[in-house]
Formats: sequence, C-alpha cells, structure tokens
Amino acid sequence: MVTNSQKLLYKKKYDPKEQRMAFLFVFPALAVYGLYNAFCVFMTFFYSFHKWTGISQKMDFIGIQNYINAFQDQGLMLALRNNIILVVVSLGVQIPLGMVLALLLASIGRGSKFFRTVYFMPMLLSTVATGLLWTYLYDPYFGLINAVLNLIGLSSWATAWLGQTKTALGAVLVVICWQYTPQYMVLLRAGMAGIPEDIYEAAALDGAIGVRRFFMITLPLLSGTIKTCATLSLVGSLKYFDLIYVMTKGGPGNATDVMATYMYKRGFVEFNMGYGSSLAIFMLMVSLILTTIFRTATRRDYSGLEAAK
Amino acid sequence: MKQKFPLKLALYAAAILFLILFGFPFVFTLLSSFKTKMDYMTNLWGFPKTIFLGNYVTIVRKGFFTYLTNSIFVTMVSLALTLAFSSMAGYAFAKLHFRLNQILFTLFLVGMMIPVHTTLIPIYQLTKWLKLYNQTTALIGPYVSFTLPLSIFVITNYFKTIPEELREAALVDGCSHFRIYLQIMLPLSIPALSTVAIVDFLHTWNEFMYSFILIDDPGKMTLPLGVRFFASSETADLPATLTCLLCASLPVMLFYFFSQENVINGLAAGAVKG
Repeated sequence: MVTNSQKLLYKKKYDPKEQRMAFLFVFPALAVYGLYNAFCVFMTFFYSFHKWTGISQKMDFIGIQNYINAFQDQGLMLALRNNIILVVVSLGVQIPLGMVLALLLASIGRGSKFFRTVYFMPMLLSTVATGLLWTYLYDPYFGLINAVLNLIGLSSWATAWLGQTKTALGAVLVVICWQYTPQYMVLLRAGMAGIPEDIYEAAALDGAIGVRRFFMITLPLLSGTIKTCATLSLVGSLKYFDLIYVMTKGGPGNATDVMATYMYKRGFVEFNMGYGSSLAIFMLMVSLILTTIFRTATRRDYSGLEAAK
Repeated sequence: MKQKFPLKLALYAAAILFLILFGFPFVFTLLSSFKTKMDYMTNLWGFPKTIFLGNYVTIVRKGFFTYLTNSIFVTMVSLALTLAFSSMAGYAFAKLHFRLNQILFTLFLVGMMIPVHTTLIPIYQLTKWLKLYNQTTALIGPYVSFTLPLSIFVITNYFKTIPEELREAALVDGCSHFRIYLQIMLPLSIPALSTVAIVDFLHTWNEFMYSFILIDDPGKMTLPLGVRFFASSETADLPATLTCLLCASLPVMLFYFFSQENVINGLAAGAVKG
C-alpha cells in the first residue's frame, strides 16, 4: 500500500490500483452517458449526410445536400426567426419581470413568503399541463381570457387567440413568460439575499437610497446572477419545444414553429429522418454559436465586484 | 412615516395583481374540477353550483392510475440510478487520481449544452433496435443520461469541499474506496444529494419530449403524455381534462408545499449550470 507522503511526492504519477478503482467508479455513468448522449450525437451527425426515411433500411449517402436544402428551407428560416423572437422576449420580459417580482418580495415584509409560494407555482406544472390549461383559457367560446375582455368592455378584442396567424405567436409567448418568470424571480431573489447589508448601509451614508440604491448597488452586484439567468434563458429558448407543440403544434400553418417543432415534424411526422438529423445539427450549431457570442460579449471582469461581495 | 404608507399600499396592490396573474389559473382549475360540463360552460368564473365529483370518477375510469403508476415507476428507477451513478462518478472525479479525470469530467459537462433534440432520432432508432419501443422502461436510459451531467457537476463540487483528512484517515485504517464512498462521502453529502434529487425528480416527472417519441400505447404512458392523450380523446369534456391535469400535478404540488425551501433552493442551485 502506498502511504500518503509517497502519494504527495509522486502526485503526477498515477497509482495503477487507484486508476482501476476510478475506472470502476466512473464506468456506470460513462456507459449510460456514452450510449445515450455521446454516441447518439455522433449518430445524428452521421445520419445528417444521408437521405433516409428512418423506417426503411435504405440509406443513401448524399453528402451535404441536406444542409444545402436546410439553408434554402423557408420553413426553417421562419422557425429560426420565431426562435429569435422567443429569445428576445425571454431576455427582455422574463428577466426584468423576474427582477420586479424579486424586488417586490424584498420590499414587502409581511406576507412575502405567501406571495412567493404562489408566484412560484407555475414552475411546478408540467409543460403539458400548462399548455392545455392555457389552451382552455384562450378558447374563443368558453375561454377565460375572452370572458375577461367581455367583462371589462373590450369585447371587440376577443378573438380566437391561438387560431390566427396574427395572434398565435404572441399568445404562446405570454404563456412561456408566465411559466418561466418565476424561475428568474427565485434566482434573482437569492442573488439579492447574498448582498451584505453593510454595503447598503455604507451606500446609504453616501446618499444611495431608493432608485439610486438599486441602480448603483443592487444591479451591479447582481450582474453575475443576471448573466446566469440570461444564459439559461438563451439556451432554454433555443431548444424550446413542449409548450408550443402542445398548444399549437407550430400552427396555424407554421406561424408558431420554432426549430425544435420544425425538426420534429420533418423527422417524425413526415419520416424524413436524414433531413431531420441535419436540422438537429443545425439547431445544435445555432445554439453553440449564439451562446459563444453571448458569453464573449458579456465577458467582463467581475473580480472586483465579487471581492466586494 | 406619513409618506411611507401609500408606498406600502402600492406595493401590496402590485403584489396582489401578480398573485392573481400567477395563482388564478390554479384556482380556476380547482374550481372547474368540481363542475359539470353544463356548469363549466354557463358559469365559467364562479364557484361550482354543486360539488360534482364525476370528473374524478371519469379520470380514474380512463386510466389515470395507470399513468400515475408508470410515472412513479420511471421516475423512481431513473432517480435511483442517477443518484447512484453520479455520486460514484463524483467520488472518482473529486477524490481519485486518474489519467482521464479532467477529460471525462469535461465530456460530462458538455452534455449540459446539448439540446435533447440532437439525440432524438438516434434514441428513437436505438430504442426500436433494443425492442423497447412502447415500453415504459425505454424512458429510463434517456432520463438517466440527461440528468447525469448536472448531477455529476453538483455532486463533484460538493465532494471536493469534504476535507481530505477524513478520507486519508480511513485509507490509513485500511478502508476500501467503496466503503469510503458509501460510509463517509454519501452521509456527508446529504444536502447536495437532496438538491440533485429534487431537480432530477421535477425534470423526470414532467418530461415530455422523450416519452412523446418513444411511447404511444396508452397503457404505457407517463402522466404528461397521459394527460395529453386524455385531452385529445375527451375533447368535449373540458372540466374532466382540467381535473386530470390538476391531479397529474398534485404529487409535485404536495411535495412543494411540504418542503418549499428545499425545492426553491434546489432549483436555484440546479439552474446555475442548467
């Protein structure tokens, strides 16, 4: 047996017994992950160079033809556009609204726990449940939304929200915000709770109170948390599928299609899995490129601020 | 003081407005579940005219418990496997010296970036090839695989904070790595393990995409899929469908009400790298 002092001495040399142990410990996770994640990503890449229905054995190598088709595919470009809209709305509505809610919870003393409990509830529903529930709320005849509009005298606004090209995307976006805002509220609230009280006290002496306190102290110190929220929101929006598929199936027409629903339809509904695979790779690439751009653009030196915390 | 009062009032007004926005759909669902079809259509807003339990009878008759059992089975098995595999891997990554340590750890982390859709078609093919298509068990592999990266990340980081002296003392006493893992690391890591368990539980319980492509036999469906199937086969019966989705969410809701802090903190921690 190797003693610890020896081990420290030869830190770079690997103990063969420990190596074997390590392998045994990693093996189960690696086996599952290797098969379902690593291998499958590789296979998608492989399929994407073939013309293939996905059900027959016949698989023809066609080079990058699928990718050429993808770039000329109007449907895909529309889906990409909708995806970008989704990203912008998620970043521009969910995070600011989450911030408002977090501030609200921080400002009201009594009862804030009760409010938080309720605000958080949308996060717990499965997207299928959320989607169905809101489909009924949007129902043109028996929906709550139109009933509210009628009640407050805006009956001319009442419409078939999910059934029209004009309103469908907006209607779905509202629900997505409803479901995900609480997540950012919780993250930002946790970030605010981490700011030490003495910083506020020191700032108050310098005259930073109220709105100024928020912009001069809270917001800069939360920049790390905000960045986390934004990354989450970006990655999540780019692979969004569930709610849109449950509520509209990408319709009417393909007015609410995003990349994931479009890929699903080409691959699994029309059984064009070769092309579907190339769309999946396209999605992955868009995701990676946008996240990288975002990370580079927001890379700043937070070290001073972190130290202040 | 005088000036402060209206501000407080405005804050509460805003808080209540959001309360209605986020909470009312739940109240609406609960109230609707006690309404007959007629009552639902003529009296959308109000309290049910009579307490009608027919909707609950309907969903039980239409296989609600089948979906529930399937969901419990898949979630529990996947969760147990994820916790076991990720904590084992975490022990190796955090505490053992081996050649591929950094490379393999990075490989797992990359998994957090990959959208599930990138693996959808091969997983569908693989499942058919394994003759698991339309089996509830088909979901276990993908669920474990996709909860592993975040779980490994959280657990490895936590293991690293456990003092090395404990482990070294045990090694000197001739304790095996497996016993160290089981009797020292795991008991000391309950907070991290429960965070991981909560996040993975919510993801698995509510998962839709994989179950949607891998299962279309109603007898094998999990709750999210079952609710959707129920809604499409009972299109005219809105209150019953609302009852169905209420009951499908109930286990998670109850869990949340009993350990709210844990769920919120768990999700906050899980989101950091999710």
